[in-house]
Amino acid sequence: MTLPVDLSHLDRLEAESIHILREVAAEFRNPVMLYSIGKDSSVLLHLLLKAFAPARRPPIPLLHVDTGWKFREMIAFRDRRAAETGVELRVHTNPEGVAQGIGPISHGATVHTDVMKTQALKQALDQHGFDAAIGGARRDEEKSRAKERIFSFRSAQHRWDPKCQRPELWSLYNTRIHKGESVRVFPLSNWTELDIWLYIYREQIPVPSLYFAAERPVVERDGAWILVDDERLPLREGESAQLRQVRFRTLGCYPLTGAIDSQADTLEKIIAEMLVATTSERQGRVIDHDPSASMEKKKQEGYF
Amino acid sequence: MGTPTHPDAAAVEVAAYLQRHETKGLLRFITCGSVDDGKSTLIGRLLHESRALFDDQLSTLESDSRRHGTRNGEIDYALLLDGLSAEREQGITIDVAYRFFSTDKRKFIVADCPGHEQYTRNMATGASTADVAVVLVDARKGLLTQTRRHTYIASLLGIRHVLLAVNKMDLVGFDAAVFDEIVAGYLELADQLGIGNVQAVPLSALQGDNLIQRSPNTPWYDGPSVLEYLENVDVSRDGTDIGFRLPVQYVNRPDQDFRGFAGTVAAGVVRPGDDIVVLPSGRRSKVERIVTAGGDLALAGEGQAVTLTLRDELDISRGDVIADAHKPPQVSDQFAAHMLWMGEQALLPGRPYWLKIGTRTVSASITEIKHKIDVNTQEALAAKHLELNEVGYCNLYLDQPVPFESYADSRTLGGFILIDRQSNATVAAGALDFALRRAGNIHWQHLDVDKTARARIKGQQPRVLWFTGLSGSGKSTIANLVDKRLHALGYHTFILDGDNVRHGLNKDLGFTDEDRVENIRRVAEVAKLMADAGLIVLVSFISPFRAERRMARELFAPGEFVEVFIDTPLAVAEQRDVKGLYAKARAGQLRNFTGIDSPYEVPEAAELTLDTVSDDAERLAQTVIDYLMG
Repeated sequence: MTLPVDLSHLDRLEAESIHILREVAAEFRNPVMLYSIGKDSSVLLHLLLKAFAPARRPPIPLLHVDTGWKFREMIAFRDRRAAETGVELRVHTNPEGVAQGIGPISHGATVHTDVMKTQALKQALDQHGFDAAIGGARRDEEKSRAKERIFSFRSAQHRWDPKCQRPELWSLYNTRIHKGESVRVFPLSNWTELDIWLYIYREQIPVPSLYFAAERPVVERDGAWILVDDERLPLREGESAQLRQVRFRTLGCYPLTGAIDSQADTLEKIIAEMLVATTSERQGRVIDHDPSASMEKKKQEGYF
Repeated sequence: MGTPTHPDAAAVEVAAYLQRHETKGLLRFITCGSVDDGKSTLIGRLLHESRALFDDQLSTLESDSRRHGTRNGEIDYALLLDGLSAEREQGITIDVAYRFFSTDKRKFIVADCPGHEQYTRNMATGASTADVAVVLVDARKGLLTQTRRHTYIASLLGIRHVLLAVNKMDLVGFDAAVFDEIVAGYLELADQLGIGNVQAVPLSALQGDNLIQRSPNTPWYDGPSVLEYLENVDVSRDGTDIGFRLPVQYVNRPDQDFRGFAGTVAAGVVRPGDDIVVLPSGRRSKVERIVTAGGDLALAGEGQAVTLTLRDELDISRGDVIADAHKPPQVSDQFAAHMLWMGEQALLPGRPYWLKIGTRTVSASITEIKHKIDVNTQEALAAKHLELNEVGYCNLYLDQPVPFESYADSRTLGGFILIDRQSNATVAAGALDFALRRAGNIHWQHLDVDKTARARIKGQQPRVLWFTGLSGSGKSTIANLVDKRLHALGYHTFILDGDNVRHGLNKDLGFTDEDRVENIRRVAEVAKLMADAGLIVLVSFISPFRAERRMARELFAPGEFVEVFIDTPLAVAEQRDVKGLYAKARAGQLRNFTGIDSPYEVPEAAELTLDTVSDDAERLAQTVIDYLMG
């Protein structure tokens, strides 16, 4: 006699993601999880711990590609979470970019993102010989991501060929690659932004406090509120930071990430705010306002 | 919902929202149709109406539509879905796009599938996880070749529900006759393809007729709108309960004290204490714990990602299937299967490929393409190889046996992919229909399954019960009773009866001593094959000579051969004379009859001696059972 086991929506998403993480651990020689500190990474880390319980240290380490321009609080949060969970954390910064003094303010968002994120990521993957890199991208984020497989093949040059993706049927993932090639894996493909927040709420997963509204010193740049996170943000003539009640829907490099006016200082209020939101989360990302196909182009070049 | 101001109000409201969110069902569906059937408009409007499009996405879409659109500056939803630049350049859909929306009733993942034959493999990708297919037809054009192809691919992947959206009804004046004709043609097609549940909707995706609400323009139509159908269609599988199945994904050994088998439950339910069998090895144990990060579970079911620990230390690795011991799956290495070929290079029979099914990857080759199926007409055609996007009905041979289910019963244990061994490309998707034979009947020399595994899969020790004694002593009667009881207890048995074997295998043999020896030799060899197959074999033969009984005994492992002496004095047997043979022998009509003119050598060390004079057959049969169980 079969009793129905009634799984809730989040239970099903969680189970699918755990299945994907276990598949990676079982099938790849040297996998890594890209940890970018934001809400999606927080959920990924939580799922990683769940997938391999009761093991205290999951068989997959974390990698943070540090551009040097993350919010200070993100770095503190990263180190705290690594210590609390005991997960192995590696940090990589593009040394050539550092030597050349590449930054979002001096070189612009496009060059900075390419050198300090895309190139840095490829360096780290090559250096450690990672054959699978797990990321927190979701299909609901952006239209080229809506097209990507869960196990997404990359050539030895880290290139994605969107016109020739491996067919991916059921939950049967083709994990076979040649030496030097790799696979990007997206366990959160089928989650929406709302699912992420509801899961964080249900599981009480720690996230950086930047997501919660607080009075912060900000300046207006191209219609977005940019946090004056350190002295590197140049103020224009006669400009001074103003204190505003703001929060972030997404976290990246602080000069490239706009805050929104918000009173939401609890998880409940964030979710309530989201339910009436009329703009997408990536609107706050300066880098996304390049020509329309920019995400696809960056992804082809190796960006996550 | 409005923005709450009081913090407690927000908490209460969000908790209630989470509750609704959690209990909402999820429907996954695909949309398929040809270039201008209005597929993008349909999805775009569903997304728009369910407020799944944000303002910034809409304004991007509006400006994209002005620049690249094909709708004279009007919103071109294709630009929203065709997320690849190559798709926008060529104006076609190359790969499947996944979009998300929800209503008060359900959540939806829609996979927008390419319609071109060239990208059939991408449509299959979308269809493999879908419950419903929305097939679009242009009311002005009616059913086209691609309608048939899309429906066939959907049915091949096991989609049982189709929404036939007869679109652009506004352009045919909402003419019921046009709609009815298309529907009648489609129902015939669906019937041929075995799709039982079809709902046809007269639609104008552009104008919104019957999309969200029922339209006043179609008073003759009393069915649901597209959204109403999607919100309410019951896709629960009235499936037969195939029993608990867990393909082992990962063996979790964080330390010396813990050894767990992690995986996602593919079917059925499991509880601690349940009897399980591990396949293909056939080893048995009981479930000890169902471990999850949130604590142990008392019950786990389909779709849950869990970790099992077992009572016994068994050698289990990734790819094994832990299954209900009382309802185990079949294990085989040869199958008939439908396959969609997705490789750039043609499928060649005999060439080895990797086959991945569940969590197991083995080497496989196609031994025969029985026929290919024209995806446009479903006509069966002779084929020597399969080209890209062709469907074939094939025989597969695996280099080792795998536990499986038919695809109709389980997508997880019946669906497989083939991977090219040189390029690592995914070159085929397949659905297992049935096993051509149980593992091991041929090619046994290649197989890892040994006698022990075969016995374990049957949950028993192979034994040969050798009943010896005079004609009419009661051998067959007692062997029959033992057989019936073992069978009732669920054991796998077989009786080799002297009289019966002499009608077939040994019909060339007489009753000379030479022939009696050969008679026993053959029977002993057959009994050995059966024991190798894991059976409990009951041999009921007079077998009068010690030497031949010893020869038989030596074929088996110690303890496997059980000699049962049916001890009936000649006088009693002759008095019973059930078959009238003693009388004939006494009358000289039968030569070399044991006990009369041919000797019977009484066993010196039989495992069991049954005295049929002091005990009845029923009790003696129980003695044999007790011996076996002890």
